[in-house]
Amino acid sequence: MQNKNWLLKRISEGILLLWIISLVSFAIVQVAPGDAALSLLRVDTVAVTTEQVEALRQEMGMNDPVYQKYFRYMGNLLKLDLGESVMTGRPVAAELSHAFPATFLLAGTSLLLTIVLVGIFGSLSSRFAGGWIDKFSTGFCLMGASIPTFWLGLLLIDLFSVRLHLLPAVGMANGGLILPSLSLAIAIAPPFIKIFRNSLIDCARQDFIRAARSRGISEKVIFMRHVLKGSLIPVVTILGVSFGSLLGGSVVVEVIFGLPGVGKLAIEAVTRRDYAIVQGFVLSIGILIFLINLAVDLSYRYLNPAISLKEAERQ
Amino acid sequence: MIQKTSWGVGLTAIFMLIILFGPWIAPMDPNVVDLSKRLQLPSAEHWLGTDQLGRDQLSRILTGGQMTVGISLMALGLSIMVGVPIGLFAGYLGGRVDWALMRLVDAFMAFPEYIVAIVISGLLGAGFFNLMFAILIVKWVGYARLVRSVVLQEKSKDYLLVAKISGAGSYTTLRRHLIPHVIGPVLALATLDIGKVILLVASLSYIGLGVQPPHPEWGSMLNEGRAYFTQASYLMIVPGMAIFLVVFVMNLLGNRLVEKFGSDRQEEGRDGITECS
Repeated sequence: MQNKNWLLKRISEGILLLWIISLVSFAIVQVAPGDAALSLLRVDTVAVTTEQVEALRQEMGMNDPVYQKYFRYMGNLLKLDLGESVMTGRPVAAELSHAFPATFLLAGTSLLLTIVLVGIFGSLSSRFAGGWIDKFSTGFCLMGASIPTFWLGLLLIDLFSVRLHLLPAVGMANGGLILPSLSLAIAIAPPFIKIFRNSLIDCARQDFIRAARSRGISEKVIFMRHVLKGSLIPVVTILGVSFGSLLGGSVVVEVIFGLPGVGKLAIEAVTRRDYAIVQGFVLSIGILIFLINLAVDLSYRYLNPAISLKEAERQ
Repeated sequence: MIQKTSWGVGLTAIFMLIILFGPWIAPMDPNVVDLSKRLQLPSAEHWLGTDQLGRDQLSRILTGGQMTVGISLMALGLSIMVGVPIGLFAGYLGGRVDWALMRLVDAFMAFPEYIVAIVISGLLGAGFFNLMFAILIVKWVGYARLVRSVVLQEKSKDYLLVAKISGAGSYTTLRRHLIPHVIGPVLALATLDIGKVILLVASLSYIGLGVQPPHPEWGSMLNEGRAYFTQASYLMIVPGMAIFLVVFVMNLLGNRLVEKFGSDRQEEGRDGITECS
């Protein structure tokens, strides 16, 4: 019952947030200087007259007052119509759904790699806290947080593609996702390694662990059943929150490795002033992040039932 | 630990001096093109070689530091100047003002930093001020949130009630009691943020949305030399290494400051275990 109320409240907050997100994506384009009509005509590289630009502006409804534009935008949005791309003339929704799989694939493999890195470094450095492996992991974290992702990508391409000819530099075929995911994972993993390590150490100090140990339960069972589950909560929350930086970082990585994802699409759209694509991109990213945060909240409550119990107590 | 603190501070000081006086230390004019000397390997004349237009790479690195680090510092300063007052007002006034400001913050937080920065600097067009504006839009939110939470924490304490009873007005309360509590955490967050902002500036310039050529800037140097990396890999290694080293040192310093000011984290600091950023 409590959970149901919480979910309702969360959804109503979400609708408000989604409306604000739609407003932001509308506003960004309204405030931006430059002219879609002009850049549309410029694509043909033929000299254009002011009359032509004016006619096109009229046709695109760009001379209408802002509120009319907003109502039209919202009306189309409710019909799930995001408009058409100026670059290709195809619907924005089609362009985005064409590009999202590559981004999801990249984000997914990077996330997987991040989890592996966090698991290995976090558990080893908590097991041997203060030892050389702990120091190594600390150094790795500091380096990973300081290295520019695009530079790391370039170095990896130089080493593995240009010099060793092991992996492709561009595209997704033949293990082409390995290098991009690696450079993204190295950038994202450091804070989680630290959090996971500290939370493992914290958890192992708790009384219930000592109690379990005094009852003669094996270290392996203690670790798997008690320490690990207790330490996962902070990691899961922040892993979800980091999905945003994963998407943001993937923009840069997609450009370097020439992956046909939304990041690359967005950069092209931004430089060529394809406003419909930019709006659709901002909107879909906002919605995506909202959904992920919701999922994280749900899993958080699953991992730690005390949260919903506390809320029940308060009411 | 004392020794390590002085390491971070010392290295930061050295880097800052190099960046500050870089244009005067630079042995040559960073923008002089000499096509007869293009893509030369490091030599006695050109310590770090020359780029695709025959410009001295060492001089470009030394002058470029001011651009990269300068923009980052200015953008961060602006973000603090916008974020701190908003956080103070939201936390201190509470009620509807707080609610409205925090919904605004939520809307900004709903998007990843890189995506907002790319969209804004892309739509505004590349350039110095647009880049700073994009970073301001991304970064002020963190400071507003931090300051608000500190103010809310302090507001619930008895000494503020005593101050109020003794007749302290809003101005005195803010100036004498709240702002001093805010400074430490803001400084700690700022030192941790500098590295991130430098990375953001360099990334945007690399994509071509930040500082434009021919101005030497570390990210745009990487962008310009991109086509020549296979022939001359030092063109790629040197500017990237410069970014990496500066960010690394800043993160080192930031971690120390967080240990010092982040009172919640004293547990970790006590064990002498260094933190990742």
